[in-house]
Amino acid sequence: MSIRVGEAARAPSFQQAAHTLLKDDQLRTNVRHATDVITQKRAHVVAEQQDWQRLRDAGSAIKAHTLRYLDHYLAQFEAACTAAGGHVHWAADADEANRIIVGLVQRHGGREIIKVKTMTSDEIGLNRALEANGIHPHETDLADMIIQLGHDQPSHIVVPALHKNRRQVREIFMRAMGLKELGDRPEDLTDAARRYLREKFLKVKIGFSGANFLIAETGGVCVVESEGNGRMCLTLPDVLITVAGIEKAIPTFRDLEVFLQLLPRSATGERMNPYNSLWTGVHAGEGPREFHVVLLDNGRTHILADPESRETLHCIRCGACLNTCPVYRQTGGHAYGSIYAGPIGAILTPQLFDMEHSQSLPYASSLCGACYEVCPVKINIPEILIHLRGRVVREQQSGANLECIGMKAMARIFYSRRRFEAAQRLGRIAQWPFERDGWIRHLPGMFGNWTAVRDLSPMPSQSFRNWWREREKGNSNV
Amino acid sequence: MRVSLFITCYNDTLFPETGKSVVRLLERLGHQVEFPFEQTCCGQMHYNTGYQPEAMPLLRRFVDVFKNAEAVCIPSSSCVAMARDHYPKMAEAAGDAALIRDVEDLLPRVFEFSELLVHKLGVEDVGAYYPHRVTYHASCHSMRSLHLGDVPMRLLRKVRGIELVDLENIDRCCGFGGTFAVKNGEVSAAMLEDKLRCVVNTRAEVCTAVDNSCLMHIFGGLHRQGAGIRTVHLAEILAATEEGMA
Repeated sequence: MSIRVGEAARAPSFQQAAHTLLKDDQLRTNVRHATDVITQKRAHVVAEQQDWQRLRDAGSAIKAHTLRYLDHYLAQFEAACTAAGGHVHWAADADEANRIIVGLVQRHGGREIIKVKTMTSDEIGLNRALEANGIHPHETDLADMIIQLGHDQPSHIVVPALHKNRRQVREIFMRAMGLKELGDRPEDLTDAARRYLREKFLKVKIGFSGANFLIAETGGVCVVESEGNGRMCLTLPDVLITVAGIEKAIPTFRDLEVFLQLLPRSATGERMNPYNSLWTGVHAGEGPREFHVVLLDNGRTHILADPESRETLHCIRCGACLNTCPVYRQTGGHAYGSIYAGPIGAILTPQLFDMEHSQSLPYASSLCGACYEVCPVKINIPEILIHLRGRVVREQQSGANLECIGMKAMARIFYSRRRFEAAQRLGRIAQWPFERDGWIRHLPGMFGNWTAVRDLSPMPSQSFRNWWREREKGNSNV
Repeated sequence: MRVSLFITCYNDTLFPETGKSVVRLLERLGHQVEFPFEQTCCGQMHYNTGYQPEAMPLLRRFVDVFKNAEAVCIPSSSCVAMARDHYPKMAEAAGDAALIRDVEDLLPRVFEFSELLVHKLGVEDVGAYYPHRVTYHASCHSMRSLHLGDVPMRLLRKVRGIELVDLENIDRCCGFGGTFAVKNGEVSAAMLEDKLRCVVNTRAEVCTAVDNSCLMHIFGGLHRQGAGIRTVHLAEILAATEEGMA
């Protein structure tokens, strides 16, 4: 099976990427500001929802049920969508999905397509596949357009250009659109984007979208967005192609009741998304006259096969875990070397893509649990991170790995009271070369990461257990 | 009550004062404390870093040492979280019926230190005296795994002479995260910097918590900066008395 993630295949480890990004003060200021704003908005609209915890339970239960019977619901979706005049395609991996999509565009003689924001198309590297075949994709979601015009990479699941501020956006627009003058007020920037995009909406005949939900019962597809640019892509072209991961299925139309409450509140801090588009197949006289949906596996069935981590597939891509994550808030999304950033990226990327750098991602967390607390579908991200760390360690143990040797030696020490007490005595002796004026300010090797910014008070001369011993002998001053 | 103390490996080695304070306080409240010498480590570091098979014998050890205890007191919320969140699943994965039963039987008798005082022993005013300006750092495990809520604050509010001041962004991780602080040292340091700014802004003399691991990290940063703020485990504040000060 060939799974690819394009540029990310050559991505540096999280630690290496973070090392560079932590020096980018502008980026960190932008990320901190944006995540603060979204986090506060989310907290406000979640607090007003009396049954929020029960909604989370419901969202989690629906997802768990759907995944348990995914074969059934996908077949049901295919039948219903086909009956409504749509065409359903199945893609085992990124290459197959790209082949299908490029083939469909070529069949219609298309040289350009307009796209609604879709993470999944980024996952399969669709834009590169299209361009390699002489087809130009136009991103129409404002943030994705900024990324595309600035030759950048998305850094957030919901707000891909979150790392750019409006002055930086202005520069990108002026350069890419050839504008001599442009203000940096939001009105100026949206006006420029509107002029640029309207022309594409009216001209391009093939639209492309992702999907937030696939409704098995009706064969319908749901896309939510904030700008209305998506609605243009979904309704104006003659042909509409949608790509969706197989985990996007939900059983019934009614289930949207739960998700359309959970998603906007978690994602953008809104009670409802400004645009909720739902369509089923094709209808004579309105909207596209041809509709295709490509159902993508690309590693998802592997995740489904692992009971310890299959909850990963519950994700509805709200990005709440990114905004609340104290690690993401420091580094931004590019450190994760994948279009899926933040805590969800740290568990999704290593499972989807077999890449070297993804081994570092399960460790890109202090396991503080903030992600699990906000997740609208209750993905226990810290648990899955720990599970994936276990996998990384198992794969590393073939080599002579210093950490591995150290950890195993530590374990042996803890297995015996005598060895533990001996290690305590030895530690007190071993620390003296590093101790100055009652403090340790420099340590060698990887422990130097600690003393880079923190002092360490040395081990006291008496352990607790030795104090207890003395006390039992009646020698203590207590 | 007969309370068995699980001191934890790093408190035993690095923070004996915390253990002494737990013992003095519980005895002052009329309880009997015992310390089983066979105890070592709960296995958290190995488990969380990905060395899950290595943590398994430490689970068995914990169960063997404490299975007959009336109540187990652990002055570290992350070690309590290790037991509560992971031991049942580990026992299950081992497929050992007796171990599953022992873990299930033991866990309801395992308490974090402040939890033991408030929830099990039903005491909030422990007769402490601590005439200092203090801010409380809520560790991630105490908040999100143990759901301690305001339990430590309820104890602190009853301390005589204390001046409590709220810590801004109290729900945000200090950046310790066990091996995270070494494996991702630079990100951990950036997180610590944010935390230190909040701590310094309180103009407190002392920052306290129910976990010495966070406090070791926070104090390491404060000391490097020369901030002049100490970190002290909650047990040491609650054990302090007017007579002790004199």
